[in-house]
Amino acid sequence: MTYEILQNYWWCLVSLLGGLLVALMFVQGANLHLGNKKLDNVQKRMVLNATGRKWELTFTTLVTFGGAFFASFPLFYSTSFGGAYWVWMILLVTFVFQAVSYEFQHKKGNLLGVKGFRIALMVNGFLAPFLVGTAVGTFFTGSDFTVDKAAIADPSSPVISTWGSGWHGLEALAQPHAVLLGLCLVGLTTLLGALYVLQYVENGGVRKRMHETIHRFSIPFVILFVAWLAMLVLRNGYAVDPDGTVTVQQYKYLDNLLQMPGVLAMLVVGVGLIIWGLAQGAQIESHRGFWPAAGGTVLVVMAVFFLAGLNNTAYYPSNTDLQSSLTIRNSSSSYFTLTVMSWVSLLIPFVVAYIAYAWRAMDRKKITLDEIEGPGNKY
Amino acid sequence: MEVITWSRLQFAMTAAYHWLFVPLTLGLALVMAIMETLYVVKKDDSWKKTAQFWMKVFAINFAVGIATGIILEFEFGTNWSNYSWFVGDMFGAPLAIEGILAFFMEATFFAVMFFGWEKVSKRFHLASTWLTGIGAAISAYWILVANGWMQNPVGTTFNPDTVRSEMASAQAFWEVVTNPVAVSKFFHSVTSGWVVGGVFVAGVSSWYLLKGRETVFAKKSLLIGGLVGIIGSFAVMLSGDSSGVHAAEFQPMKLAAAEGLRDGGRRAAFTIVPGVRIPGMLSILATHSLDGYVPGINDILNGYTDNDGNEIPSVAEKMERGRMALDALAAYRENRETDPEAAAAARAILDENVQYMGYGHLEKPEDVIPPVGIVFWSFRLMIGIGMLLLLVLLLTVWFTWKEKLKGKKWLLWTMLCCIPLAYLCGQFGWIVAEVGRQPWTIQGLLPVNVAISSLSAAAVKTTFFIFLGVFALFLIIEIRIMLGAIRKGPQISED
Repeated sequence: MTYEILQNYWWCLVSLLGGLLVALMFVQGANLHLGNKKLDNVQKRMVLNATGRKWELTFTTLVTFGGAFFASFPLFYSTSFGGAYWVWMILLVTFVFQAVSYEFQHKKGNLLGVKGFRIALMVNGFLAPFLVGTAVGTFFTGSDFTVDKAAIADPSSPVISTWGSGWHGLEALAQPHAVLLGLCLVGLTTLLGALYVLQYVENGGVRKRMHETIHRFSIPFVILFVAWLAMLVLRNGYAVDPDGTVTVQQYKYLDNLLQMPGVLAMLVVGVGLIIWGLAQGAQIESHRGFWPAAGGTVLVVMAVFFLAGLNNTAYYPSNTDLQSSLTIRNSSSSYFTLTVMSWVSLLIPFVVAYIAYAWRAMDRKKITLDEIEGPGNKY
Repeated sequence: MEVITWSRLQFAMTAAYHWLFVPLTLGLALVMAIMETLYVVKKDDSWKKTAQFWMKVFAINFAVGIATGIILEFEFGTNWSNYSWFVGDMFGAPLAIEGILAFFMEATFFAVMFFGWEKVSKRFHLASTWLTGIGAAISAYWILVANGWMQNPVGTTFNPDTVRSEMASAQAFWEVVTNPVAVSKFFHSVTSGWVVGGVFVAGVSSWYLLKGRETVFAKKSLLIGGLVGIIGSFAVMLSGDSSGVHAAEFQPMKLAAAEGLRDGGRRAAFTIVPGVRIPGMLSILATHSLDGYVPGINDILNGYTDNDGNEIPSVAEKMERGRMALDALAAYRENRETDPEAAAAARAILDENVQYMGYGHLEKPEDVIPPVGIVFWSFRLMIGIGMLLLLVLLLTVWFTWKEKLKGKKWLLWTMLCCIPLAYLCGQFGWIVAEVGRQPWTIQGLLPVNVAISSLSAAAVKTTFFIFLGVFALFLIIEIRIMLGAIRKGPQISED
């Protein structure tokens, strides 16, 4: 296999992990419902237990997404994580609080009380999709950094990647297009969370509130996403010449869509599946819709990553120094590392299979009031 | 303080904190898997209740372990940006594989184990319990492959075009995976987790016996936990022996610091405490030969001949050659597109000296000496506490087995007091491993001062104190909840 094929393969895998991560962020979205005043305490606990059996998968996918990015495109890891310091640190702290909030929330002696940990879950429920979305949004708006690999030979200033803004990533909040993607992700994960709870919590009161959420947020979400997509296809993009030179190109992302019909199809099918899932969830007598919407999410996120990085596009553009922009070619691991990891990636279907088996076994019995009020283990 | 110091403090604090939770996960996973197996095999419900109680404790501990693990992963990028690029090609792969192979296994089967008693079959549940523990062990293996590579960077070659250490060949990955340092570290770390888990279970069980509560449960738990701890202790000693040999071979300065050995030689003595020495013992431990040569700090600084007859240059010479390599790297990159001849000449100098390139970043030869006092005493405390734990475990298990605990409250109190000591023992071990290899993030290749991110000291100082506050809060909550769960007990009716 050629180096280029391996680089593309790993970009696809990172995109897939990104898609799975966003889909699994239904956990974050559902946790936002813990602030719903129309749900009583027991109902909130049912929501909490529904996400409580899945949060580790989301968390693990985040870790694996980070690890895979590190392993396959280490220059992104070093440039973005070391540069956009505050974005990643805030994200990290919210996830750290999330990780303990399930286990600690209803235990005596937890110092912060039930309310404190619920607030932590809701903060994570909003900030996690918002910051991830905004960070991915900068794949299209660009960031303020330079990369100079020769710097390592300079003992007085050996750091290769340097960030230009003292805000260290928070300056992305001044980029409307990036922020819009963050908000889209908050909307999408909230809806996915509602669809999941609708399907796996057997309680009339809870389901009624989830229907309300789907009714209220579906159309605003679709409008937000269409607005983001329109801004994307109309904006300039960052093209890479065969010799690696990066240039600004008008309507680059529109060109990418038209030149990669497969990606266009993924986007259309993905959006269609999300809308279909939402439409199913919006029907009062229906409890379904999560799986089409989650599948559609994976496809849409993958399509967004493909638009950012494939078809000779710089996926992490630098507004400070265009030639410092990161591309799949200049930021990837070596041929041998990608080869070895590609062999390991053949195990992914096996991992997915056992997750699916365990998921099915656990979700066969839905969460009920009896379970929450019974003596078994619960959060 | 500078950004480098705050970054080091932050990483050290996170790693040390993470290691408060991981060993109990590793040890308790084995203990409760054995208990559940006994329940399934013997069809005895009391074993089920016993396993369920320890699972509750496991779950309280597990969450914080996961939460702190992700911080370490992020910090490689956020605080060690140059490191992430310079060795990402080597270091990232084990990290990604850990995620794919281990984390999903842990996360998936933990949920089944904890919530699935009434949802899945008995056998599927038992398999889930074992798979949770196996997932944790596999996770430990891959992260220790990464850590072992930092201590002994095998299978890599420096590429001046990409300015990083790259995998030398696809086969080189096998070298990385079977790196002897990684293998030793894995067994040493996992089995030390068994010791912590064993001591924890035996210590808590001792408390129940002292209180006269849950005595049947407590004796059963004490025997299982104690045996796991004893087996773990012997395994730790075996793997510790090979760790010593590897340190002598790959990180002689770490060994010299751990021994406080200024001037080495053949038939080197092992220092138990300053002034008490066993002649020849260090040579035996480090080389498995009485006549083995063990270099001291001064020998490493000034150069010496190793046991294979290789002349090891002085640090000053390594620094000089390292600077030649750095200059050649700069010249190569400057000329590679404009003057191929000059680039080729620079490349030749680089290739000749590249193995010492990391030394080119040092300011003075003494920079290669880690903080000797910290490493020396941590090493002794680790071994001393480890021996004490084994002795207490042996006595407690023996008298429990023989039903002769009556009148031995002192022993039960001692077992209980061993719980914090077991944690300290692990912390001292990691201090030896990590402080002992300073100033290197990657042994001989990349010193810490070159591995950093371009951040202000104020930014890292702020996150340091945020994490300090969060960690302190979580630790207080964790201990309060765990003590509450233990006070409540398993409430098994047979008492």
